[in-house]
Amino acid sequence: MTSVEEKPGELTRPAPILTEDNKAYWKETVQGRFGVQRCTQCGRLQHPPRPMCPVCHSLEHWIVELAGIGVIHSFSLLHHPRHPAFTYPVIAVLVDLDEGIRVASNLVGTDPAEVRIGMPVQVSFAPARDDTAVPVFELRAVTA
Amino acid sequence: MNRPAVSIVGIGQTEFSKGAGRSETQLAAEAIVAALSDAGLTTDNVDGLVSYTIDPVEETELVRALGIPEIHWSSRVPYGGAGSQGVLQHASAAVTSGGACVVVVYRACKARTAARFGRAVVATSPTSSHSGSTAMQWCTPYGILTPASWMSLNATRYMHMYGVTSADFGRAVVQLRDYAATNPAAHFHGRPITLDDHQSSRWIAEPAIRLLDCCQETDGAVALVVTSASRATDTPSPVDIAASGTAAIFEEEVASNHYRPDLTRMDGAVALAEQLFDVTGISRDDIDVAMIYDAFTPMLFMQLEGLGFCKPGEAKGFVADGRLGPAGSLPCNTNGGLIGEGYIHGLNLTTEAVRQLRGTAANQITGARTALVSASRTGVILRKR
Repeated sequence: MTSVEEKPGELTRPAPILTEDNKAYWKETVQGRFGVQRCTQCGRLQHPPRPMCPVCHSLEHWIVELAGIGVIHSFSLLHHPRHPAFTYPVIAVLVDLDEGIRVASNLVGTDPAEVRIGMPVQVSFAPARDDTAVPVFELRAVTA
Repeated sequence: MNRPAVSIVGIGQTEFSKGAGRSETQLAAEAIVAALSDAGLTTDNVDGLVSYTIDPVEETELVRALGIPEIHWSSRVPYGGAGSQGVLQHASAAVTSGGACVVVVYRACKARTAARFGRAVVATSPTSSHSGSTAMQWCTPYGILTPASWMSLNATRYMHMYGVTSADFGRAVVQLRDYAATNPAAHFHGRPITLDDHQSSRWIAEPAIRLLDCCQETDGAVALVVTSASRATDTPSPVDIAASGTAAIFEEEVASNHYRPDLTRMDGAVALAEQLFDVTGISRDDIDVAMIYDAFTPMLFMQLEGLGFCKPGEAKGFVADGRLGPAGSLPCNTNGGLIGEGYIHGLNLTTEAVRQLRGTAANQITGARTALVSASRTGVILRKR
């Protein structure tokens, strides 16, 4: 594994690791669009993206934009170790999106002590290195 | 069931430390020489090598150091720590296929002084030696950088679903540290803890993982020698491999297992248990002592449930009842586990199982005849002769 030890002062979050199989996903997020892979042949939505549909074996797929609405399936307040680009504790979340997709991300703009499973969230974007951006989530106000 | 065809005939290890001061290749060579000596064999007898995709020791360098004349089988197991018992399945396949006669299984790490698992290191490539960590690419931009942070997301969901608390995890850690306290090879030898000690240790990943829920970053090596059951008869202290299995499930990742529908259930462990118990006819009640991969305490709980020793959500009661202790129904990780003894990738749980069946463990369970070793998606059942 190639890796780098981070130096204090590098305050922008790490850029996504681009591969041939994931670059279409990150290309959208850089543009401020949040979408996931949909199989052209059978219509399956899937994440993480992959080169072949595991159901129909089609090689054709595109990124379909999602509403970016979901709920917190799980979370963790990360205290240690610390990376200079983040404020601690980092709120790590798994979000279940309305379209049936789960993603790992951060909850931002919320007091860590207030985070609960089941909270409604909506997508936002945070800058990352190399002029990229990644989807993160904010609490979503729910009208009764 | 059929008489086992393959046996473990030797075990060896180096000291477990926070600074070995020598190369992984040297550590592996030392452990292998010790294991061969334990088996009454020499390097001239060895014709197979099995390790892990993440092990840093190259076969050619190891053979060069040990003076093994000729290798007929070499293979490596993926899936990180979850694959740690898969080496016994590979070694068994080597022996039963005729591919090799005497197979050495080894793992050497400098997890404290070389590549530390607990550091905030940002990967710049998507894979780490085909060990299941390709999926970490989906966590890196979010500061979710370590095995503890990946796994904690599953653990928080588990706690939420079943009303499990950090103190519930702490009761298991107290037991592990009790075992470690009386194991001279353990990092935490002579250092038992109370539940208060656990509860006052700092958060690593709240609310699931405190410092004392984490396995040790350890320098050291472990080796085992595997050969046919018939050949094992000529060795001083063989232990038979009664069953071995691997269960790697669709969409299940290694430590960053975030995409299966139910994150509170270890689907790999459920499927592994079918192979080890249902297929072989061995009963869970036959297990006298269990070694269960405890990189972090929640993984121990979820395996107890996945393997079928208790129902979903019941591990906290199982642990609180003292079942894992020396007088319990399932004495578990009697060396102190990876949390108390050290982390040689889980292979030091296998050597402890062998010691229990030989009757030579530091915390010997009287009359132990059958032992389970589970790493959640790879596992073995070992049996005394």
